[in-house]
Formats: sequence, C-alpha cells, structure tokens
Amino acid sequence: MTLHNGKLLALCVVTVIVLFGLQFVLPPYLTLALTRILILSVFAMGYNMLMGYTGLLSLGHAMFFAAGLYAAGLSTYYWGVTLPVAFVLGIVGAFAVSLVIGLLALRTQAVSFMIVTLMFAQAGYLMTLQFTNITGGDQGLTLPTDARSFGLFGMVVDMTSDTARFNLALLIFTVVLAVLFAITQGPLGRLFVAVRENEPRTQMLGFDTYAIKLTAFTVSGTISGTAGALYGLMFGYIGSSFAGFQNSIEALLYTLIGGPGTLLGPLLGTAVMTMLIDRLSGITTAYLIVIGVLLIVVNLWFPKGILGTIRDRWLGWLK
Amino acid sequence: MMDLAPYLLLAGLEGLVMASVLMLTALGLSLVFGVMRVVNVAHGEFYMLGAVGAWACAQFVPGHPALAFCVALVVAPLLVGVLAYLADWAILKRINYDPEGTIVSTIGMLYIIQQLTLMSFGPDARAVDAPFYYTIRTPWFGYSSYKLFTVVMALVLVAGLWVMLKRSKWGLVMRATQFDRETAQNFGIPVNRVYSIVFAIGAMLAAIGGVLVVPNQQAHYLMGGDPLLLSFVVVIVGGLGSIPGTIAAAILIGMSDGLLSVFFSPTAAKIFSTLLVAFVLVFKPEGLFGRSNRV
Amino acid sequence: MTLLRTKGLSRHFDGLKAVDGVDFALDPGEIRAIIGPNGAGKSTFVSLLSGRIKPSAGQVFFEDRDVTGMPAHKRVRMGIAYTFQITNIYGAMTVLENIAIAAQNRLRPHLFSRKPVSEVEIARAATKAAQEVGLGDLLYETAGTLAYGHQRLLEVAMGLALQPKLLILDEPTQGLSDSEIENFQEVVRRVAQSATVLLIEHNMDVVMALADRITVLDNGRVLAEGSPGEIVHNDAVQAAYLGAPA
Ligand SMILES: Nc1ncnc2c1ncn2[C@@H]1O[C@H](COP(=O)(O)OP(=O)(O)O)[C@@H](O)[C@H]1O
Ligand SMILES: [Mg+2]
Repeated sequence: MTLHNGKLLALCVVTVIVLFGLQFVLPPYLTLALTRILILSVFAMGYNMLMGYTGLLSLGHAMFFAAGLYAAGLSTYYWGVTLPVAFVLGIVGAFAVSLVIGLLALRTQAVSFMIVTLMFAQAGYLMTLQFTNITGGDQGLTLPTDARSFGLFGMVVDMTSDTARFNLALLIFTVVLAVLFAITQGPLGRLFVAVRENEPRTQMLGFDTYAIKLTAFTVSGTISGTAGALYGLMFGYIGSSFAGFQNSIEALLYTLIGGPGTLLGPLLGTAVMTMLIDRLSGITTAYLIVIGVLLIVVNLWFPKGILGTIRDRWLGWLK
Repeated sequence: MMDLAPYLLLAGLEGLVMASVLMLTALGLSLVFGVMRVVNVAHGEFYMLGAVGAWACAQFVPGHPALAFCVALVVAPLLVGVLAYLADWAILKRINYDPEGTIVSTIGMLYIIQQLTLMSFGPDARAVDAPFYYTIRTPWFGYSSYKLFTVVMALVLVAGLWVMLKRSKWGLVMRATQFDRETAQNFGIPVNRVYSIVFAIGAMLAAIGGVLVVPNQQAHYLMGGDPLLLSFVVVIVGGLGSIPGTIAAAILIGMSDGLLSVFFSPTAAKIFSTLLVAFVLVFKPEGLFGRSNRV
Repeated sequence: MTLLRTKGLSRHFDGLKAVDGVDFALDPGEIRAIIGPNGAGKSTFVSLLSGRIKPSAGQVFFEDRDVTGMPAHKRVRMGIAYTFQITNIYGAMTVLENIAIAAQNRLRPHLFSRKPVSEVEIARAATKAAQEVGLGDLLYETAGTLAYGHQRLLEVAMGLALQPKLLILDEPTQGLSDSEIENFQEVVRRVAQSATVLLIEHNMDVVMALADRITVLDNGRVLAEGSPGEIVHNDAVQAAYLGAPA
C-alpha cells in the first residue's frame, strides 16, 4: 500500500501517543473520564462515517450502539460467555442490525431517511422496555462479578481496574482509528464523499450508489456497536437509556462540534462536549438545554465544526 | 352480545375524543410540511406548552373554571404562535429552511422548550379543572360532556381551517406558496412571511390540542412525545401534506390506538406505531391514503 | 455489427411525447452528431441510452444485448459514458479528485475487488485524462471555482477516464470560446480513434467538422439521417430546422 495523506497519519500517531501518555499525568478520575471519552468517540467516529463522510444524517445511531451493548452484555449475563467472546458477539450483533436497517432505510432519502432511522431506533428503544424481563428495562442489568475480568495470553485483565480499562479503550480506539484511516483516505472513502457531494453524478460514473451507501451504513453501525459493546462490558452495566433518542443526538452533536467528515473531529467533539456536560451537570440538572442550544447554534453558525473549519481555512489535509 | 355493546360504545367514544385532538395536532404538522416542506420535531412541545398554558391560566384567572378555560383557549395558542413565529424568524429562516437543518434545529428547540418548562413549571404532572362537569347518562354509564365538547370543538376548528384554506385569500396564498415557491415569489407573495405565519398556525393548532386535552389528562413537561409520535403516524400514513388524508388517518389512528393499548401494552402499541411510520416511508412513501407526494 | 441500437424508443412526460418511437443505430468507430431544434428531445433521447431516464416504451440494445431494464451504473460499466448538458461535477473537490472517481471505476470495478489498484495508479490515470483535455495544469484547483469552459472540459475528462466504448456528449461546446472549441475538436478526434462518439451539438461548424453521420431529431422523431452533405441538402431538414425555404 502506498502512503497517502502522511500528515494526517502522523497526526493520528501523535494523538494516540499523547493519549497513552496522559494516563501517567492525569489524576485517576480524569483517566476514567478519558476512558469514557475514548469509547464515546468510537461511537461518534462510527456516526461520522455515515453523516460526515457519506452525508447521510441518521437520527437513530443509538440503535446500533445499543445493539452492540445488548448483544455483548446479554450474552455474558445469561450465557456466561467470556468477555472477548461477548465483545465479538456485540460487534456481530451490531453488524447484523445495521445491515438490515440499512437495506430498508436506504430506500429513502434526506428527511425520510432521518425519520425512518429515528423510528427504527425508537422501536428498538421501546423493545428494550417491552422485554424488561430480559433486558432489565430502565433499571438495566449489572453484570455479575465473574463477568468483570477475563484471561488473555495468561494475564488476567480486570474490568474494575482503571488502568486496564483505559488501556483497553485506547487499544480499541486505536484499531478503529486505523481502520477508519484506511477506509476514508483511500478509494472507498472517496466514493463515500462522492455520494455525499453528488449522488446522481456518481451513479453516472458507473457506481452502484445504493451499495456504496449500504457499505458506509454498515461500517458506521458496526463501529457504533463496537463502542456499545465495549461500554457495556467495561462498565458492567446495560440499560435502556443507551438505546434512547438522546444517545443518538449526542453522537450527532459530538460529530457536529468536532467537525463532520474529519477523522479526528469526533474525538475532539466528544472530549469538548463530555467535559462541558460534566461541568454543567454539577450546576444544573437541565444541562440538556445546552445540547438544545448547541444543536441550533452549531447548525446556524458553525456547521463545519472545529476541525472542519480549520480544514477549510488552513489545513486541507485534515479530512 | 348485549353486554359487549357498552364497552364498544365507551371505547368508541374514547377513540373519538382521542382522534379529534390528534386531528388538530396532526393537521398542524401536516400544514407545516405541506406548505414549507419541513418537518417540525418540536411540534409535540407546542402541544405541551398549550397544556401548560392552560394550567397557568387556571392558576391566574379567578372565578369559574370555564372562564379560565376560555382565556386559555385564546391566550395559550396565541403565545405559542408568537413563540413559533419568533423561532421561525430567528432560526429556520436563517438556515433557509434546509430540510435536514430544520430537523436538527427543531430537535434543539425541543430540548430547550422541554428544559425551560421543567425549570419553571417543575417535574410534576398537574391537573386542570374542566370548564363544566355535566355528565351525560347512557343506560350503562355516565360520560363526561366535556369530552364530547372536545370533539365538537375539534370538528369546528378543522372545518374552519378547511374553509380558510379552500376559500379565503389567505388559503390561496398558502396553496400558491406550497405549489411553487419561486413562482409565488414572482407574483409578489411575501413567501417569507407566509412561511412564518404557517409555522405559527401549525404550532397554534398543536397548542389548542394541548388546551383541549388537559382537563382529561394532566399537564407534564414530557407530555409532548406521544402526540408527536402519533402525529407523525397520522401525517405519514395519511400522505405527507395531504389534508384529507391527514383527517382520515387521524380518525383511524385515534380510534385504533386506544384499542391497541387495551389489547396490548401501551409500549407495544407504540412499537407498532413507530414501525408503521418507518415501513410506510420505506415502502409506500406517498402514504396509505395520500397521492404521490414524496418527501 | 452495430454498437448501439434502439427500437421504437419512446419517453412521454404527462402526454408530451419528448421521444417518440425512435429507431436508431450506431456503428462502432463513428462520430455521430444529433441535431435538432430546442426541445426536439435530444437530451431525453441520450438520457434513455445512458439509463438516466427510463423509457415509456421501446428497447435499447448495446453490443446486441438488451439493456433496456439495466440500471445506469451497469451501462456505464459496459462502456456507455455520459456527460451532462448542464455541468454536473463535484464542485467542492479538486480537478484531480473529480477525474479520479471516474478513473477508479475502471481500475477497481468492484467495491471489494481482490486486486485493488493503488492510489498512485488511480492518480496517474486521472492525470492522463486531465492532460488529454488540456486541464493538466489545473489538477489541484477546486472544480467549482474553475471557469465555465474548464468545467465543461472536466466533464469530458471524466468521461474519458472511464475509457468508454461509447462516449455521449450533450452540447459540450456550449459556452466555450472559439479557441476552446478548437481544442475540444482535437480532443474528440483523438477520442474517436478508440471510442464511438455520440455528440449533441448546436454549433453547425463543429458538427460539419467532426461528424461522420448526422441524425436530425424533431418533435421526438427522427426527421432525417445521413452524411453531412446529405443533411445539408435535405429539403425536410432545411424546412424544419435550418429555417430556409424548401
Ligand atoms: N423531466 C422532464 N419533465 C417534463 N418534461 C420534460 C422533462 N425533460 C424534458 N422535458 C420536455 O421534453 C422535451 C424535450 O426536451 P429535451 O430532451 O431536453 O430537448 P433538447 O435536448 O432537444 O433541447 C421538451 O419539451 C422538454 O420540456
Ligand atoms: Mg438538450
């Protein structure tokens, strides 16, 4: 493979190294916060694949996050499978759900697409409530102690240890970042952007745009589900709220703030937003109002987000 | 068979009440979509504001509840209309009614309205007195006359709206704008103002729905979710932007929602509704009743 | 063997017969011009060939295969390239990226091809197509900011990068300057050595200079067909199109 966009690659490498180093300087509670940020930014990176690069605005990505969360969490809760197996099952579950939903939702466009993804996700959320005897509903389920650690190459990885969690989250984040770099900076990513910029033209250049969109949709949903599986297994809790509307909106907002269609935007957006929300929820319970205001403000005056603005003004390679 | 009749009658009456409020609310959503080609996700919040407004009127207007009700019926929709007009001017106009941007912005509005209501009105559900309590006797049960009054009110309002759209100059202007924005503009129709007013009227219809419903159902800051979902169902099943389709669908959905909730759980009924919206949009985007009218 | 053939091809828009029962055949290697007054149905006709629009009736055969029901993107894969009358490019991308998307189709026929070509090869093919139309110096310009004439050339370059068997050009010289038209004629002659060209053109000088044969459309029907000489002297064409008294 030839190297292209070496600058972005270098920036990604530096970012990962800095993140790794942070655990040695940050106090424990911030390391924990950073662990959450890493996992949620994997969620947002998945979202960005579809919304940022391919231009398809989904309002239902909580459904894929939850698919990963529940597939992983329930399989370890009820069948006692080990955490790595549960993690893989979570990814497979999210893949299956996103493929099926994609096949259906991609028959629609624009506003219809948004409503269809919203409705499917809402149906998924309601199902987690409907089958409370299995899912634990709103209360959720706490994973048993023997599902909080696993053996790997003779080592025991303990999911209640902050260090283990942080480094595992960073590992998954790095793998996803590498995969997304390969996709977005190569020929496939170019097709995603081509569909976003001008779908009819892309068709007339000989591409099956439905297949391209379905690919983007499935990759996006699967990555979001990977984040969900990781979140559930790492913090040992699965609950309906992860399937709710607000979770979808947060992925949208993180992506919008960081910069849709930029590789590192979701990480930045997630970091900025989770810090902000953490601060605010200390002051007021109505921090949701900030989400509302930001959705409007960003949409009005800052649609490219932080990195998107920097890309358009100064650094063209930041994509 | 004889002993089933009362239940059917009761279920039918309840369904009719539900359908009439739903009809008003859904018509608001449908009108906005029909003329402006945008989807207002904050629509349910305007409904909620109508209900909360009715509660506030009941607190501040002394004397008989009927007086407070009449004040609420005028004041709450007006205030909501002004709010919607301002929101249109401050936000939607500035993003040029970009369909996707409008959805994102109205989601923002949804959170803001909800949270501001939570901060002022509080987290509790609050009841409002009905304007009158006369009970209509049937051989089997007594039925609230206020509920039947709701049905009549809704029918009168819908008829009024219908006449306005089909007969008045205003209706003509709206239909012209809906038909072709550019041409309307060229004919000197102030399209921008038409949009703001239509958005306000849509919100007011939802608010009236909220005022009418609140003697039957308590006001709560999260009460906008269900009418939003059901309005979606109605508007999409009825064919986006088609008013007769919307009315037909409102009656169908309003009547059946109660039954579904009785036979299944309310959650199951909602799962059914959400999936219905999704599948209609995927497989029959012109709606089950509507003409071809793609989003 | 004919490269492309239509049988009774029709397309109606709410009662308006934009294309009305056209039988048409194109030999490999020729440069064919389609002329006709505005609204004659030329753009609609070639859109039917490319699959961008579905016909109301009739059939399209490409290399003796019935492609009537085939989606547009598959026809492009078979070798039918189409350039839009109204420039339709990726405005936010660079010239090179625009052409790279086209080049990528040929070099990487499936999304998950087992032998993916490298970015370098795609870039090389795209650069070559850009140079062929004279855009070699503008590779890194944003397409949307190009002058109109250059955008038209970019359209053509995207068509070329597909290395099609049939290149359909819908009024490619519209809005070009005289020198650009000169250059464009050169490009078409070069393309014609390896591909068949179907050219909708208003500029009769260009038509006369390039076309081997001419088809005249009027009111959705074929009015006449023949060599440039025959068409110029055809009475019906004179009357209907060239405006001269019969
Ligand atoms: N999408 C369409 N809808 C309705 N009428 C159309 C459409 N496209 C073309 N037409 C009509 O079909 C006729 C032929 O158009 P066109 O093929 O563009 O002609 P030409 O390219 O020869 O100028 C015209 O009368 C035009 O108005
Ligand atoms: Mg034309």
